[in-house]
Amino acid sequence: MTGKPLVSIVSAGLSKFGKMQGLYGRELFAQAAKEAFDRCPNLDPKKTVKALFVGHMGESYEHQGHTGAASANWAGLLPVPAMRTEAACASSGVALRCGVLAVLSGLYDVVMVGGVEKMTHRSTAEVTEFLAMASDFPFEQWHGITFPGLYALMATAHMHKYGTTEEQMAMVAVKNHGNGVLNPKAHMQKEITLEQALSSRVIAWPLKLFDCSLITDGASCLILTKPELANKFTDTPVHIIGSGHACDTIGLYERKELTTLNAGKLAGQEAYKMAKTTPNDIDVAEVHDCFTIAEIIAYEDLNFCKPGDGGKLVEEGITHIKGEIPVNTSGGLKSKGHPVGATGTAQAYEIYLQLTDQAEKRQVEDAEIGLSHNVGGSGATATVHIYKRG
Amino acid sequence: MPESHLFTIENFYHFAKERKLMAAQCDNCGTLLVPPRPVCTNCLSKNLEWIKLKPKGKLLTYTVIHVASPRFQSLAPYAVGIVKLEDGPNLPGMIKGIEPENIKVGMDVLVDFDTNIPAEWPMWPRYFFRPS
Repeated sequence: MTGKPLVSIVSAGLSKFGKMQGLYGRELFAQAAKEAFDRCPNLDPKKTVKALFVGHMGESYEHQGHTGAASANWAGLLPVPAMRTEAACASSGVALRCGVLAVLSGLYDVVMVGGVEKMTHRSTAEVTEFLAMASDFPFEQWHGITFPGLYALMATAHMHKYGTTEEQMAMVAVKNHGNGVLNPKAHMQKEITLEQALSSRVIAWPLKLFDCSLITDGASCLILTKPELANKFTDTPVHIIGSGHACDTIGLYERKELTTLNAGKLAGQEAYKMAKTTPNDIDVAEVHDCFTIAEIIAYEDLNFCKPGDGGKLVEEGITHIKGEIPVNTSGGLKSKGHPVGATGTAQAYEIYLQLTDQAEKRQVEDAEIGLSHNVGGSGATATVHIYKRG
Repeated sequence: MPESHLFTIENFYHFAKERKLMAAQCDNCGTLLVPPRPVCTNCLSKNLEWIKLKPKGKLLTYTVIHVASPRFQSLAPYAVGIVKLEDGPNLPGMIKGIEPENIKVGMDVLVDFDTNIPAEWPMWPRYFFRPS
């Protein structure tokens, strides 16, 4: 028996992900919110949604902070209390966690959680600098260490300790691009070959262009309610049965191990325990593939395999969409795209579609239990959620 | 200039300008704090003292950065790594004085200092690593 539902997802929305020229972040959020409202005609948003938690990483991109109120305003939800959560690339994983806490507290019956980021109007150099703000300034940024650089440091350590190869990392990219082709909202809908991935230009050795997720614009949201109210709004809710959240040192260098993300492990353990599930129960997962090595480490941290075997897992096709544990059916951050603040709830959106048979060409048959894993920075924040078909 | 006895990041870099690699050591539990901080994060004691670390260690991991932030792009490609100091703590920084293709995990390195940078936020004299 799995754990009891903590809260239920009754609707979800996602803007198109990509280069959304001429749109503001709040306009993307309004698109995502409108999809969620339209998907759930039994719910009157104006009367029913009582609070908004919205993940947003950086005000530098649009010279715009105060994202909670701006998002509520454009979504048509004023005067609900709205607040922004910020935990770098885990900003909306944390928004989801806050929404779970808010409903469980009893204060609100129905809340919206989501996230947004508008990035593509900035140059790659600027985005590189803004993303680096998620890492330690005085000892990492000040010494020229970029965000891809931090994951490259983990990749080198993983290769040295376990023999993980650049080919195995490239296989993650090939797999996720293959899935992205099946997702009409993905930023890139283009297959890539192993050869293309391996011969792409170096960003931070051993990571190449195709090892890196995309700079993307997008927004995502979910509507959460108490499990006992879910059927008032929909016949097909998805229950959240496990929620985990943990933190680690802001600097990668302070960690005891450089080949694992302890926050990801701890968040996973908390969620598995609450959900009374094991990795064997997971039918479909969205994991934080900001870089290909991050997906390999996520397999290990979530116990899909033992430490060091993550490269083999992708090589053997276990995490392929037709494999035993399909991972990143949406295309992942790699191909669907990574508007950083929107990513956590965009992962939950994909799991919601999978567990309500709405994932169309990428539908995983008979998916009952799903998992999402969202990481902030180089692993200083991680959230894991486990979902069950309602 | 802040009081030199405060266990701050700024003071760590003031020492770096004097070519000294310094840590805060907890008198209560012995933990070496790099970077220094006002309270021991292991036992929460405030009884700390400055201790000079041996400027050498082994390279745990490295990368070669090709795409950098605007401040660093003119230096690219450049190598950075994480070093386990002989005294125990880890430190990240640039690796200079060696061709990137010759860098090996596990190699011995020395800590050196670039003291031509003023020691006030957001500018600090950088330490860096070079082969021993």
